[in-house]
Amino acid sequence: MLTFTIRRLVLAVPTLLFISLVIFLLLELAPGDPMAQVPLTVPPEVKEKMREALGLGQPMHIRFWKWIVQFFWIEPQVLIDAVFGSSFSAGDLRVISWQTRSPVMDIVVQRIPQTLWVVGTAYLVGILIAIPIGIYSAYKQYSWFDQTGTFISMIGFSVPPFFSGVLVIVIFSVNLGWFPSIYDTTHKVVDWDSFVTQLQQMVMPVMVLALQITAQISRFMRASMLDNLNQDYVRTARAKGLGETTVVMVHVLRNSMIPVVTVIALGVPSIFGGAIITEQVFKVNGIGQLLIGAIQANDLPMVQTLTFIFAVLIVLFNLIADVLYGLLDPRIRYD
Amino acid sequence: MTDKDRFVPDEGLAPASTALPGGAGPLEEFTKPPSNQWREVWDQFKNHKGALYGGILFLVIVLWVYLGPVIWTIDATHIDIRARNQGPGFSHPFGTDQLGRDTFARMMAGGRTSVSVGITAMLLALGLGSFVGVMAGFFKRLDGPLMRLTDLFLALPLLPLLLVMMLLFRDPLNSAFGPEQGIFILIVVAIGVTSWMPTARIVRGDVLALKEREFVLAARSIGTTNTKMILRHILPNVLSPIMVSATLGIATAIITESALSFLGLGFPPDFPTWGRLLFDATDYLQQYPERVFWPGLAISLTVLSVNYLGDGLRDALDPRIRGR
Repeated sequence: MLTFTIRRLVLAVPTLLFISLVIFLLLELAPGDPMAQVPLTVPPEVKEKMREALGLGQPMHIRFWKWIVQFFWIEPQVLIDAVFGSSFSAGDLRVISWQTRSPVMDIVVQRIPQTLWVVGTAYLVGILIAIPIGIYSAYKQYSWFDQTGTFISMIGFSVPPFFSGVLVIVIFSVNLGWFPSIYDTTHKVVDWDSFVTQLQQMVMPVMVLALQITAQISRFMRASMLDNLNQDYVRTARAKGLGETTVVMVHVLRNSMIPVVTVIALGVPSIFGGAIITEQVFKVNGIGQLLIGAIQANDLPMVQTLTFIFAVLIVLFNLIADVLYGLLDPRIRYD
Repeated sequence: MTDKDRFVPDEGLAPASTALPGGAGPLEEFTKPPSNQWREVWDQFKNHKGALYGGILFLVIVLWVYLGPVIWTIDATHIDIRARNQGPGFSHPFGTDQLGRDTFARMMAGGRTSVSVGITAMLLALGLGSFVGVMAGFFKRLDGPLMRLTDLFLALPLLPLLLVMMLLFRDPLNSAFGPEQGIFILIVVAIGVTSWMPTARIVRGDVLALKEREFVLAARSIGTTNTKMILRHILPNVLSPIMVSATLGIATAIITESALSFLGLGFPPDFPTWGRLLFDATDYLQQYPERVFWPGLAISLTVLSVNYLGDGLRDALDPRIRGR
């Protein structure tokens, strides 16, 4: 197991390097010019100076190397400095956003709490709803509950968030007036009332995201339960006189959770990056909105860093899912 | 042994006519030609209610967006400023927008784009995925590199990359092919290139299993070349997973295209697609909330019908489930 983990970790390094190269080249080959917004009255030699100030003067491979050094060597030092109050990174040049001229990672750190609050809550809520639904659907296969569950998860698959989001805004915000349609990120939770306000503005985005997550995970849970319910060990457990609750909730559930846990782990990167559309609909200024804004403003360092962070998360959680699968299921041996 | 003898009823030696009802009849069943495989698939598919209705609904939607303009002749771009912001009525069944354009006609025009993008992008992704899958499964030397490539693509953050691609390559393609053709090619290629991986994996798995079967050995022993082998023996046998991913691919492609249009990075504003119509309607959410409803409903219904269709196809094409 340990050798497998180490081997995968070592393999992840070239993968990530290749992905960063792909992202870099894609942005590099792009015809967009960061100087396009500068007024025409600015003389060309000043423009050339501005270009150099942005770090665009050097050839491609040197800029790629600089970005790698900044991202993998200097940014971790900044993190260590922030945690321990040391000064390793003093004077080093960090990845700078062209929009704000401030370090990209500082902005990312500012934006992460909003995304984590909304999308993370939705993920938890979705899982907590999906697992009981999946269990009961499988236990009572083809019952009306199962049929309804199938239909609802089909709807969850099919209705895109930019429609369901707008729909709940029309229903709960425009017609009923229960919840605000725009998420207020400056809102601070200090007492009970402000906590209630925070909950109110979180209800709609969480509802939209949770519907999709529930749809996927409940399908997986149901399929996995169905696989296990017909196994011989279930008959054995019943035959030796165990109660139905023990059989289903202990024996079957524990075995069925194995693939579901890995699916849940695989979905974690989407907490950080995948809710781009939902954040846009509800005006949550999280990571997704940061990316959209950076793309529209042609802010290449920001786009590159954010896309790469998403890639790191995907690779990392793929690895975690594989390792978890091996740990939870003793039948699976990688070595 | 003795136990077993007692339990086995003594009917093995009796004529079948006494044991089986109708067994004594003429041997009609054997004179009939064996039933066609596709007929059995159709029989199974028919019994899947959701799939049948999903398929019919998808067909109706496709016919509506392609043949509808023949009957409903109002031009989608015709501006009638005096008739703006109308509610549903006889002359405009879905009402009109802020420039007096007929929403019904715009819905059909938008659907034509969305469905075309969905089907073309699906075909591209399917072609790529099947090619990579068959190559990786059939040729052992290519298996490792091609599967690593697939893993790499799976590790890419797709929606952000799509957005970046849209932003970067829109202008050069627009100048090369014109604003509508250029963006159509860009969207189709972008979606196709980022969604072939699941098909490739499934096809590879099936090809690996097929390669070990006797008929492949038999074909090989009479000197079938690799090309013939793939075209005549491998591809027809992996058709069912390819068809299932085809239906699901249409759904993903339509949703992705709408999402891009919704984020303002898809087709230009005067060129309606369902996602674009939905995006434009959100500006009038307070005054005319019903405008959001039609494009959203159209996207959701199309995707829902395609998903049910895929579900039914998967059951119908799986010989292990068929006949149950």
